[in-house]
Amino acid sequence: MNNKIVVGLTFGAALGALDGATAWFYPEVRSVIASIMVGSTIKGMLVGLLSGWFARKVNSLKWGIVAGSVLGLAFAFAVAAMPSETGHHYLEIMTPGFVVGAIIGFLTQKMGTPGTVKRSA
Amino acid sequence: MGLSDSVLRHLREVVDLPDLGDTRYELQEEIGRGGLGVVYAARDRQLDRRVALKVMDAAWAGEARLIARLEHPGIVPVYETGTLPDGRVFYAMKLVAGARADRYVAGNPPLGERLRVVQRVGEALAYAHSCGVPHRDLKPQNVMVGRFGEVYVMDWGVEGVAGTPAFRAPETPLDERSDVYALGALVRFMLPADAPPALSAIAAKAMSNGREDRYPDVDAVLREVERFQDGLAVEAYVESTWQRVRRFARRNEVLLWLLAAYAGVRFFLFFVRSF
Repeated sequence: MNNKIVVGLTFGAALGALDGATAWFYPEVRSVIASIMVGSTIKGMLVGLLSGWFARKVNSLKWGIVAGSVLGLAFAFAVAAMPSETGHHYLEIMTPGFVVGAIIGFLTQKMGTPGTVKRSA
Repeated sequence: MGLSDSVLRHLREVVDLPDLGDTRYELQEEIGRGGLGVVYAARDRQLDRRVALKVMDAAWAGEARLIARLEHPGIVPVYETGTLPDGRVFYAMKLVAGARADRYVAGNPPLGERLRVVQRVGEALAYAHSCGVPHRDLKPQNVMVGRFGEVYVMDWGVEGVAGTPAFRAPETPLDERSDVYALGALVRFMLPADAPPALSAIAAKAMSNGREDRYPDVDAVLREVERFQDGLAVEAYVESTWQRVRRFARRNEVLLWLLAAYAGVRFFLFFVRSF
């Protein structure tokens, strides 16, 4: 099954894991990199799930990227706002989360079989 | 007293004019002249609409029956056929308001539009071939681009037609594979001077002198044009590595920009953290 939701979940998980893995470059959080990667993977999958669902409803590259960005930003904010021993890292989490969301939104528009499609400019 | 050339020409034209007295049509003007006959604009008195009326020698009567068999959005529908008092045959068909492909191209439309015309022509050809009907005289003068963007292939040839030199395959008799040659010539004609080499290669392959060197059918040509439009490699053109990279970058431009943005963000955050 290669529908857009599966595409969103797959790429969301992969890109989320890779994004989480970049925490390795920050020595202060390197000790908790495993939990960061798990959290980031789940965040990516949620963004992918919702972006895939959106892509099934709206066939528009532009709006797919916008939706993915907004979802990425929202979930990244939720993660950044969680209590943490190392403090809040809004900029470090939300900025890449925004771009990863945009990439997931793009990929769900470009790949996978559409469901019921509503065309948009 | 001798008659002047202009008077003789006028008399010849008047004699050539079809006598439509027994038909429902009223002659208006000549709009085209081809190897098989003359096309006039006429008015259908019963339905009060303009139609195109092709008048030709009785020997070519099969053409009307041939076209009437073909029902496709890219083929001008035939309304009626008949015989004139002088023995010539005629058929009435939809009068397409628009421009012939050669005049259309003179307006310098964008490449995508030119390729759309080629695609529509190819679809009509492929359909006709599936009905066992080759065109045998495909050329820009036989393609009409309508006012609403619709594309019609006209003047379907009958067996024995000579074809037009620049668009005619070298073999005899002409058949479906000869139409592949003519479609290649049409692609070449429709391309602008600065056309991408992949498209010129598609045209060249379709126009190979050897029948076996051409694409096997019209669908194969259309698939190649579609591959070009989708940013994929085409069978007819061997790319250099640099061209392959450029095509990949063009095809994935948005994704590459997004990945570059991600790399930029990461680099920025790392840079900010260092201070």
